[in-house]
Amino acid sequence: MLKEVFKRPQKSSIFRESIFKEIEDLGINSIGIVAFISFFVGGVVVIQTALNLENPLTPKYLIGYASRESLILEFSPTLISIILAGKVGSYITSSIGTMRVTEQIDALEVMGMNSLNYLVLPKIIANVFFYPFVIIISISLGIFGGWVAGILTGLVSSADYIMGIRSDFDSFHLVYSMIKTSVFAFVIATVPAFHGYYVNGGAIEVGKASTRAVVWTSIVIIVLNYFLTQMLLGK
Amino acid sequence: MIEVKDLYKEFDGTPVLKGINATFENGKTSLVIGTSGSGKTVFLKCLLGLLHPERGDISYDGNIYNQMSPDEKRDLKKDIGMVFQGSALFDSSTVEENVMFPLKMFTNQPYEERIERVNFVLNRVNLENANKKYPAELSGGMQKRVAIARAIVMNPKYLFCDEPNSGLDPKTSTVIDTLIQEITKEYNITTIINSHDMNSVMEIGEKIILLKNGVKAWEGTSDEVFRTDNKDLTNFVYSSNLFKKVREAQLKEDSK
Ligand SMILES: Nc1ncnc2c1ncn2[C@@H]1O[C@H](COP(=O)(O)OP(=O)(O)OP(=O)(O)O)[C@@H](O)[C@H]1O
Ligand SMILES: [Mg+2]
Repeated sequence: MLKEVFKRPQKSSIFRESIFKEIEDLGINSIGIVAFISFFVGGVVVIQTALNLENPLTPKYLIGYASRESLILEFSPTLISIILAGKVGSYITSSIGTMRVTEQIDALEVMGMNSLNYLVLPKIIANVFFYPFVIIISISLGIFGGWVAGILTGLVSSADYIMGIRSDFDSFHLVYSMIKTSVFAFVIATVPAFHGYYVNGGAIEVGKASTRAVVWTSIVIIVLNYFLTQMLLGK
Repeated sequence: MIEVKDLYKEFDGTPVLKGINATFENGKTSLVIGTSGSGKTVFLKCLLGLLHPERGDISYDGNIYNQMSPDEKRDLKKDIGMVFQGSALFDSSTVEENVMFPLKMFTNQPYEERIERVNFVLNRVNLENANKKYPAELSGGMQKRVAIARAIVMNPKYLFCDEPNSGLDPKTSTVIDTLIQEITKEYNITTIINSHDMNSVMEIGEKIILLKNGVKAWEGTSDEVFRTDNKDLTNFVYSSNLFKKVREAQLKEDSK
């Protein structure tokens, strides 16, 4: 299955075209919702961290530090991926599944196309290369949302927060985050694509396959999250 | 030439094709007829390699399909044009993009040449001014015609049409039948049409194969259709009132 997907594309100009189209459909169209969620969750993270650091002796800048770490390590790469598994995953399954049940995939095959390669590889490449940018946007907006929330609620001052954001930065945490993101991006492209590609029946089955694809994509992400974390951060 | 030997196909233990033998010649339009559910679509899909028969050989100009390498199969498919029963147009592409797709994929023609060819085939199926429309904006018959245009745009050596004129009015239907026949003659290609349309049977019918209960129940030409006393065929043909009347008139004529 994956062997077919990773064959050399039949025509490179068309392949490039498809990648740009997929970046638009799968990536750019997701930025809005990602930005929106990240901004507000960033705010919530700051408020909750501040309330948990009640001890007056704990320096306030730790709020910025803790928020940054939780956004980089967990919230942006994992939670945003789960959200994208729902949004992008269901889109991929239903679009490929519809092509299957309306014989469009058969039509491609009859023309001599490698349909798996033509339909799935551009999605994988678009996802794996574009999602890291989406997640960086998410991290940045989360941190910004935290700053806004900190000031609005008066829980942390701008200077303290910024100091926290800049203290003790371990660049490997960002690398870890990007590795996770790329792996999840791969999962978000492939698991739903296969659920769509092998659908049998009609519109109802396409709907069911979409639901199943979202569930499985989320499960795979959560499980991989555990193992990747153990591998990359565990001592 | 396409040769089919002892083709057997079942779904979950239920046989649909029980050993079909047939030959389809170059430059001829052959017709596969049969009632709904008789296995016409399954038959075509087996020929195309979209379904895998349990038994039997299919050979294209002497080359057995099952013995070809994946690359050879893909090369063969570039010579095949197929019109699916449900048209199977790419619904995120316009009419023009649909028809141009194979050209774009498998030739290095510049855009001007491609668009010229696209307009030419769209013209041949009597479809103008629809270039920029999406399949969802077309009527069923128009979608069929786009599918036919897409199937012939590469000048295929083999042309398969699964009920090309279902959903078409009798006039357009005749135009399409004639068109397919002309192309078949002109380029000496091997054409197989699935149909249960009696007009097409009369119109085309250089070779007609009747499928019934998974076997070939009759084979002949359109001229022979009216003369045969094969029960399966007459049952199929004269289930149409129009043809029953034609038949009665003819018998009356003959007895005079
Ligand atoms: N994918 C499949 N799985 C199981 N059974 C199938 C499948 N495809 C076709 N069949 C069965 O094979 C038989 C023949 O179907 P087919 O689609 O070839 O009929 P047809 O002659 O093309 O009919 P129509 O004129 O209505 O298009 C039917 O009984 C159908 O239920
Ligand atoms: Mg059919």
